[in-house]
Amino acid sequence: MRVAIAIVALVLGSIVFHLLSPWWQTPLASNWDSIDSALHITLLICAIAFVSLNLFLALAIVRFRHRPGSRAHYAPESPRLEKTLTFWTGLGIVGMLAPGLVAWGKYVDVPKDAAVVEAIGQQWQWTFRYPGPDGVLGTAGVQYMTPDNPFGVNPLDPFGRDDILVQGNELHLPKGKSVKLVLRSKDVLHDFYVPEFRAKMDLVPGLVTYFWMTPTTIGTFDILCAELCGVGHHEMRGKVVVEPRESFEAWLGQQESFNQLLAMSSPDAVTEMFRKANSCSTPATWGVR
Amino acid sequence: MSLISRLAEKSWETPGIDRYREPDSYRPAAATVGVYVYFGVATVIFTLLAAAYLVRMGVPGAVDHGTGDDWRPMPEPPLLWINTAILLLSSLAWEAATRASRRDDVPRMRTMVLAGNALGLLFLVGQVLLWWHYQTAGYYLSANPANAFFYLLTAIHGLHLAGGIFAGGRTLGQMAIRADGQRICRNVRLCTIYWHYLLAVWLLLAALLVAT
Amino acid sequence: MATTIADDLRPMHHPKTWVGKYVWSQDHKVIAIQYGVTAIAIGLVALVLSVLMRLQLGFPGLFPWIQPENYLQYVSMHGMIMVVYLLTALLLGGFGNYMIPLMIGARDMVFPFVNMLSYWIYLLSVLVLVSGFFVPGGPTGAGWTLYPPQAISEGTPGNQWGIVTMLGSLAIFIIAFTMGGLNYVTTVLQARTRGMTLMRMPLTVWGIFIASIMGLLAFPALFVAAIMMLLDHLLGSSFFMPAMMTMGQESSTQGGSPLLFQHLFWFFGHPEVYIVALPAFGIVSDLISVHARKNIFGYRMMVWAIVVIGGLSFLVWAHHMYVSGMNPYFGFFFATSTLIIAIPTAIKVYNWLLTLWRGDIHLRVPMLFAIAFLFTFIHGGLTGLFLGNVSVDVPLSDTFFVVGHFHMVMGVSPILVIFGAIYHWYPKITGRMWNETLGQIHFWVTFLGVYAVYLPMHYLGILGVPRRYYALGETSFIPESAHLANEAISVAAIVVFAAQFLFFYNMIWSYFRGPKADPNPWGAASLEWQTPETPPGHGNWGPRLPTVYRWAYDYSVPHAARDFIAQNEPPSADAPSEEVLP
Repeated sequence: MRVAIAIVALVLGSIVFHLLSPWWQTPLASNWDSIDSALHITLLICAIAFVSLNLFLALAIVRFRHRPGSRAHYAPESPRLEKTLTFWTGLGIVGMLAPGLVAWGKYVDVPKDAAVVEAIGQQWQWTFRYPGPDGVLGTAGVQYMTPDNPFGVNPLDPFGRDDILVQGNELHLPKGKSVKLVLRSKDVLHDFYVPEFRAKMDLVPGLVTYFWMTPTTIGTFDILCAELCGVGHHEMRGKVVVEPRESFEAWLGQQESFNQLLAMSSPDAVTEMFRKANSCSTPATWGVR
Repeated sequence: MSLISRLAEKSWETPGIDRYREPDSYRPAAATVGVYVYFGVATVIFTLLAAAYLVRMGVPGAVDHGTGDDWRPMPEPPLLWINTAILLLSSLAWEAATRASRRDDVPRMRTMVLAGNALGLLFLVGQVLLWWHYQTAGYYLSANPANAFFYLLTAIHGLHLAGGIFAGGRTLGQMAIRADGQRICRNVRLCTIYWHYLLAVWLLLAALLVAT
Repeated sequence: MATTIADDLRPMHHPKTWVGKYVWSQDHKVIAIQYGVTAIAIGLVALVLSVLMRLQLGFPGLFPWIQPENYLQYVSMHGMIMVVYLLTALLLGGFGNYMIPLMIGARDMVFPFVNMLSYWIYLLSVLVLVSGFFVPGGPTGAGWTLYPPQAISEGTPGNQWGIVTMLGSLAIFIIAFTMGGLNYVTTVLQARTRGMTLMRMPLTVWGIFIASIMGLLAFPALFVAAIMMLLDHLLGSSFFMPAMMTMGQESSTQGGSPLLFQHLFWFFGHPEVYIVALPAFGIVSDLISVHARKNIFGYRMMVWAIVVIGGLSFLVWAHHMYVSGMNPYFGFFFATSTLIIAIPTAIKVYNWLLTLWRGDIHLRVPMLFAIAFLFTFIHGGLTGLFLGNVSVDVPLSDTFFVVGHFHMVMGVSPILVIFGAIYHWYPKITGRMWNETLGQIHFWVTFLGVYAVYLPMHYLGILGVPRRYYALGETSFIPESAHLANEAISVAAIVVFAAQFLFFYNMIWSYFRGPKADPNPWGAASLEWQTPETPPGHGNWGPRLPTVYRWAYDYSVPHAARDFIAQNEPPSADAPSEEVLP
């Protein structure tokens, strides 16, 4: 009997907790309201299930608790009831899955006119690269990296010359422009996560991954790494500054390009970069014939 | 009763035992079932390794990209084919042993079991020789994923065969102490199907290694 | 053809020495206790690790000896121990070993020597795992998921030796598990006594049986992944290791795929959670039906649901990888298969509830734990739908929402079932009865306490608080109150931890001083309660095996003299009686 009261209390308490909880989604700052809708629909359907099933549980305990002389009913199965329950459950599942898949359909479909920005993760900081006036990111990779070329931009690729290189963990984006964030890792798995944007994706060394979104709110947001990457995982933070187009362009104009980096590097450093770019990227111990 | 009809039985409606014979009269031996269940396990192991092999090799298509540029197929020395032949012969020996056991031809069964075990052992020696051959030719495990997969696949297959030789050796021991004849015949039969299974796995592995 | 142990022509060998009876024993009941004690012991280690984790999260800075390195090591070891070395070992090696032969009317498992070996190899795997605490660098801090390249790269604790002990221990465990699994599966198929058809078996057996089959097919994936990672680490191969910078240098590896590891790991990892859940589902069905004096509602559907869940669980693994960078189109398939698997699971929940409906519910401690299971599993199962729904998962993955979800369905619900099961079968296993008051207090503190621990976590996750973070630090979006939440969770966790001492005290004290128990105190119908001796003697059944005449759920059968009919009671014994119950 007490347990039935406890069940009802926990159900009511959970509802109250939900309504009063100061911990809920951050205000949405991107176009991904479809994700939020799918979440809210899922929550609604699950909440109905949670409340009704548990109240039924409590009711059963109260009505059918043992009293002297009580005897259980004998009913091995009821195929009709089971079919009905299966049907309605299936309907609930479809009700949750449909909006979820619709949102996912949008997630995998990057707009053709999205700007491209690259986020590079390493233990334990973020750097960023913009494609510059030519609109194309130059090839890059671990095999081109030198101490003077920390981004690993390929010096032989003409598209890379005007790429804009941003260190210091701060990414700027213009409000209202959809952007495809391409993600590259220099070492281990990481994940680029900004709660207000909802969208995220892992960074995988050896691959280029991506996701897209459109920032809709001016502000500064935290970047959190969301894939355990070692002892500095919790400190791998950055900032995204969403600002009006004009101030974004102004800021971008002040950043260093790869051309400028080359110009400012010593001749030896530049030679080393070209040497690496020209060599076969065969590691020293690769002893196959 | 088929499995489906058995699982559809409404067991509360039919108490009693009149429909049920003594289980021993129709159930196969536990050891037989155990071996077949283990085939499921081994099949999963080899299938996953083969899948990983294909992914790492860079099967084009929907699979994750970024792999496979460094794949270099290994050469096929004659020893590879000699070993395959030895394994085939050892399977045939076990098959002969099983047929001999069915005819109650105990001396022939004993000879064939001995031959099957010995040829299996010879295969393992041959595999080690093959490894040594590749190592001295410079095909180190760490050098290249094709190499690494070769060593891994042959190692896992070899370990399975070693287990089979252990079981085969036990069967020889049972024959020496003249244990129950039915049990020996069953063990000979189980060793035989186990050998055939490993032969089939080996042929598939060899085909995979050679084709890529 | 002599097949089952029971009718083996060799007489059953009864060990004479203490060592033969309790150490190198081939008796499934002794092996079960060995598994259980070892699993619970290592589980307590993991529980302490979780308290340490909560101390850091609830009171950051108060315990300066907890640094990010050891925090991550606690996280990783806690997770791996709980999932594999406690839950899998206890539910299959412990309950599986004890219950299967008794519930199907066998004398022992069909391969008793291999069964014994499986325990000692399991023990070896535990020792190798624990050795990770004593190797240079300590145990791995890569999370229980052990993702490469970080697991074997600079920056992650234990990337030199700890990962080796972990992977080695897992490989050894898998060998032990395979030996055990072969036993459980073959025994259920081959050693059922006369009249014990598959559909007369209790659901406990079905749950453990299907889980064992799944384990035999899923653990090889982890085995293969572990061997490949060991080769990458020790011999420099590049199965998983891509081109990367490590310590400022380009690595010597190239072309390996970290995603390949994830696919292999989760191909094991998802069935693994059902390997833990299905035995719990089976056991709780029996707890509910016995203590509600009512057959489990929809037995056939329950069996089919177990089988279907087992099969489908092999088709959903990449829902752990929605944001991994795998081909995004896979998300459509895996979200669909994941939400489909919710349907047979929901049917099981309905059937448990419908068993209680119109039952005769005795609110004894085992039933209380079963009810608590229902409440918490409903919650945990529902939050799984959020995570399975691919786009909804995107903001929630790697946050505390995931932590809340998997603890509810793995760490709360099955543990509640395990407690219920121990209380339920204690009188059969020990011949004694435990203390009711201590049991009640243990129940209430545990049930209310774990809900207080895990409910708030979901909200922190929806807020966006990531998991595996040593400290939250400064953020622009996490309110101060979140730190309060963490404190409250930690306090609740410590209280729940303390309450478990009541349980251990009760179990141990009652073993020596508890009142002698009736051989079938709950009036259960299934075969394990009908043994001639309590606790069951070696060989379980005396000189003759039982014959089974009916299914395991003849409770409150109309016109029967008592409110249960044992499985081995012949039909003539329940002829309609003139006596009508008051």
